[in-house]
Amino acid sequence: MNRAWLLALGVFATIVASVTGLVLLPDRQLRGTQPVQDEERGIAVPAGYFGDAEEGRKVYMDLGCIYCHTQQVRPEGFGADIERGWGMRRSVARDYIHDEPPLMGTMRTGPDLMNIGARQPSEQWHYLHLYDPRITSPGSIMPPHRFLFEVRHSADGLPEDAVRLPDEFAEKKPAWIVPNDRARRLVAYLKSLDHNYEVPEAR
Amino acid sequence: MSSHAETIPPAPEERERLTRIQIDRSCRQTVVWYYASAVFWLLVGTVLALIASIKMHTPGFLADWEWLTFGRVRPAHLAAMIYGWGSMAGVGTLLWLQARLTRNRLPLPTLLPATAVIWNLTVTFGVIAILAGYSTSIEWIEIPPATAILFGFCIAVIIAASIRMFRSRESEHTYVSQWYLFGAIFWFPLLYVSAQIFLHTPAAAGAVKAAANWWFAHNVLGLWFTPIGLATVYYLIPKVIGRPVHSYHLSLLGFWTLAIFYNWAGTHHLIGGPLPAWLITVGIVGSVMMFVPVITVAVNHHMTMVGNFHHLKHSPTLRFVVYGAMCYTAVSFQGSLQSLRSVNEITHFTHYTIAHAHLGVYAFFTMVMFGAIYYVAPRLLNAEWHSAGWIRVHFWTTAAGMAIYWLGLTWAGWEQGRMMNDPRIPFLDIVKYTVPWLWSRSAAGVLMTVGHLAFAWLFWNMLRKRGAYLPGPTLLLRKGEPAAVAAGGGE
Repeated sequence: MNRAWLLALGVFATIVASVTGLVLLPDRQLRGTQPVQDEERGIAVPAGYFGDAEEGRKVYMDLGCIYCHTQQVRPEGFGADIERGWGMRRSVARDYIHDEPPLMGTMRTGPDLMNIGARQPSEQWHYLHLYDPRITSPGSIMPPHRFLFEVRHSADGLPEDAVRLPDEFAEKKPAWIVPNDRARRLVAYLKSLDHNYEVPEAR
Repeated sequence: MSSHAETIPPAPEERERLTRIQIDRSCRQTVVWYYASAVFWLLVGTVLALIASIKMHTPGFLADWEWLTFGRVRPAHLAAMIYGWGSMAGVGTLLWLQARLTRNRLPLPTLLPATAVIWNLTVTFGVIAILAGYSTSIEWIEIPPATAILFGFCIAVIIAASIRMFRSRESEHTYVSQWYLFGAIFWFPLLYVSAQIFLHTPAAAGAVKAAANWWFAHNVLGLWFTPIGLATVYYLIPKVIGRPVHSYHLSLLGFWTLAIFYNWAGTHHLIGGPLPAWLITVGIVGSVMMFVPVITVAVNHHMTMVGNFHHLKHSPTLRFVVYGAMCYTAVSFQGSLQSLRSVNEITHFTHYTIAHAHLGVYAFFTMVMFGAIYYVAPRLLNAEWHSAGWIRVHFWTTAAGMAIYWLGLTWAGWEQGRMMNDPRIPFLDIVKYTVPWLWSRSAAGVLMTVGHLAFAWLFWNMLRKRGAYLPGPTLLLRKGEPAAVAAGGGE
């Protein structure tokens, strides 16, 4: 082969074809997907992220949660996501219309979080779990996020969301963990993850 | 160059040798910069890899330093390896191969070394940004979008140099390696810049960003590392054993089918995900069609090697390159099978995928780059590798380490996937099941680290010219074994 123009043409044509097929066409198909009205909640869903949850999404991203947690429920009959209680239906493109970027993930060292807000609505659970995952989930290999908390040993002047640390996890008893702002935002985000609503395409 | 060479008209073979020396010398500054930086990033990436690996079975390890939390160390490892080690070793090799194949001196002697400096600054910036919490959280492209401008500049210079060499090539005919390299230097910037646009602007929305993500990420492997790796294999195997590539037509078929099919494989990362079924099916078709270029290239390389496998015993370059080429076939077969829905249902989201990724980037690409550096660096620096023993250590620790890595995680991942698909098994039981295999990965990592240290030590000594003066290549000979037994072509 000695025709440079043929080589150049081939190199460009192949990549232009694939970006058209794999990015531009699906974008055309899915662009304009709108929220749907959820009768139960009385709002349009997905609702998007506001306030602390919106900020918390950035914490989720900067701590690299995606390397162990997915946010996508696979369809019935493909894996056991629904049977495991990770969601009441498969995830659809509509679920991600507010997600910039989507945090679908590719690894499940830990469980899926698409609906973690519905599965674990307790803030206290999240704070203890983040502080040291083995408090709530013995045998977990998730890293502790103690750097998101302050430990105090006196009950005086504790903020409302301080959580008493179980004695066996406290170096000095009694101990309370006080989440910092990033921890509060992160938990607000996790609690906002609830896609258990009906969508027409996954009925 | 001695004045001797200029005064007496040299014989044709001597002239040929002198031309090669001139070409190599013109590459020295740029390619040595790229290689030395690559080795540095290999070490950085190795340290980050070990930290990440240990954290997976011992989560309390270095847990209180936020910069080193798992979710940051892991992408930092990837950035250091992909954009630091892999890309810089790749660019160095790509420039040298093009100079050799077009029989040109490497042009732009100021700008090209400058790109190595800029490339290093960009990777440094990217890795620190990830560790400091400024990751984009988009796999394979965690480093901030601003890096596109810097990489873009570097690649523009590299493209300019490549075009200049290509246009003034000595023979009209081009060699198969040149096609792959030509593809790689255009594909990479197109991928990188368009990915930034799709991922950080509204050009693609919501779930489609995930499609753009995997179009990019898979193509970094398929259209950047793979063509550079294959170009290197296509050049070095015939060079070392001293016989031409088996079939021109297979080379042609292999290149064009790769260009056509690899492009489309990326969406197999989204099987079972929330995107239109046709989009996923296209990705699966592209992945399965990869059997064509892979088998073509494997046959071509194998037929070239037939009757010459004994050279593996003595040539460090050939050992690494052939190991890499074989792993290319293996990883591609595995990848095609993995893209089938029934297999993917099990392997997706598990350590199986991590093992697969390392079989590609490490066992194929990295091993080929090791082989390339063993071949190229002595020619640039006029010195030989100072110790065959350390080369042996490098080869066996990395080859065995990679094998242990792959076996452990492939098994663990397969079981993990099967257990995950059985809702009666509690999730934490699956986690506990994988832990011993995560330890085996750390053990493999230690072996590979030893190899990398041996390699860095060899490279360092080469920079300091501790090895013998060039004409005698470093061969892996037993004590008292004459070099003549290893006589092959170019090495």
